Amino acid sequence: MKNRFIIRKVIFTAAFLLAFIFSGLSFYRSRHLKEPVVAGDGLLEVRKLSHYFPGLKGSLNDASVYILGKGDTGSADGAALVLGGSHAEEPAGRLAAWLLVENARLEKGRLFVILTANPSASTSTRPGGAYPPDYEISTPWGRQKFRQGDRWSNPLDQWPDPEVYIHYPSRQQLAYMDIRNQNRTWPGRPDGTMTEKTCYAMTQLIIKEKIDLVIDLHEAELQYPVISTIVAHQKGEDLAALASMMISGEEGFNIGVEYSPVALRGLSHREIGDHTQAIPLLLETPEPFLDATRGRTDRALLLTGKDEFVMKAGRHGLLFEKLDENGWPIDVRVGRHLSSIIQIFKVWTELHPERPILMENVPRYAEVISRGTGYYLKNPDLAPAGRLFYE
Amino acid sequence: MATFITLLYYLMVAFFAACFIWNFRRSKNWQSEVLYLIVLLPFLLRLFRLK
Repeated sequence: MKNRFIIRKVIFTAAFLLAFIFSGLSFYRSRHLKEPVVAGDGLLEVRKLSHYFPGLKGSLNDASVYILGKGDTGSADGAALVLGGSHAEEPAGRLAAWLLVENARLEKGRLFVILTANPSASTSTRPGGAYPPDYEISTPWGRQKFRQGDRWSNPLDQWPDPEVYIHYPSRQQLAYMDIRNQNRTWPGRPDGTMTEKTCYAMTQLIIKEKIDLVIDLHEAELQYPVISTIVAHQKGEDLAALASMMISGEEGFNIGVEYSPVALRGLSHREIGDHTQAIPLLLETPEPFLDATRGRTDRALLLTGKDEFVMKAGRHGLLFEKLDENGWPIDVRVGRHLSSIIQIFKVWTELHPERPILMENVPRYAEVISRGTGYYLKNPDLAPAGRLFYE
Repeated sequence: MATFITLLYYLMVAFFAACFIWNFRRSKNWQSEVLYLIVLLPFLLRLFRLK
């Protein structure tokens, strides 16, 4: 009888160890996956966020800042900051930023790009969300793998959450988990949590580099009303409205404009405008993967944006954006972001000729759809010396 | 302060993980044994900073 107990416990323990090792390895590999970046000719320099706020040094969120331009980094022309991966589970934003760093050339002005604005969030997936750990983009030279990520910083890097998150400096009470949400912790603070410190470092970058425009790239579920739109601080209302018209007229898709609510604190489109000289704009594309009524949450849904259950919600009038059998493929979403950025810079330069930002060699909406996102990703095996970086 | 609170939480996780292992060893009911191991898994993943 005693032997039977022992044998059973040994079998259970072995099964447990198998599950622990298998899951642990999977989580470890996902957290430590290196994503190659082959910087294009337009790159001047790569800095770390701790360059602007040393308090972030040594932290996982000491993100890389890719500086693109012509000539020196202290040019008197205009300057823009593009943020990808504020919410790491919204891949079109990261991929659009990736294509900027690998392809863009600046004729005038400087472009600062952060591919992974919240690196910690890119190392985790949503508990209970059945998210895939990563996804792959097909390219002419093979497949490039990216981390899937989550909306919030990884609890391994910032834990525990408080009962209620009190935003700094407004003291507005927000949901507890949003203390790890990088789009609720602007403008940040130097002695705050890791997520707040990251926002503080980016705020310092914006101030010290005299950034004129900040474009925060996001994606949204179709059951959320703020979708397919530019969210603009009041300082950028004219710019966003003009860009929206230009995009609708020239790029082949429509994008709306929403104004940043004054009472909703912690968001980039509110706090950057209130606390720095820059005009913040936040771009949203549709991502059915994020909808609560989605079906199987796999890589295919992430990349094709096709889901019969979300479509059914649309037939019941529950969506704020159309969804048909064509879905919302990643190329469409990346292309929308890139064309929106191109048009925003164009309108900015027309409105502010003394602070021009002239960017070339970035694929537009129609080109990304025609050739695919992967066509514009460069082969890390063929990267010139000093041009290969990892996120 | 935040670092101190985080450390306390990790100590708490270690304590509960040890309790689950202890109970697993002492249990004579196979369903309880499975239950202790299932509950133990996320505690160990956190303790080893894997998830």
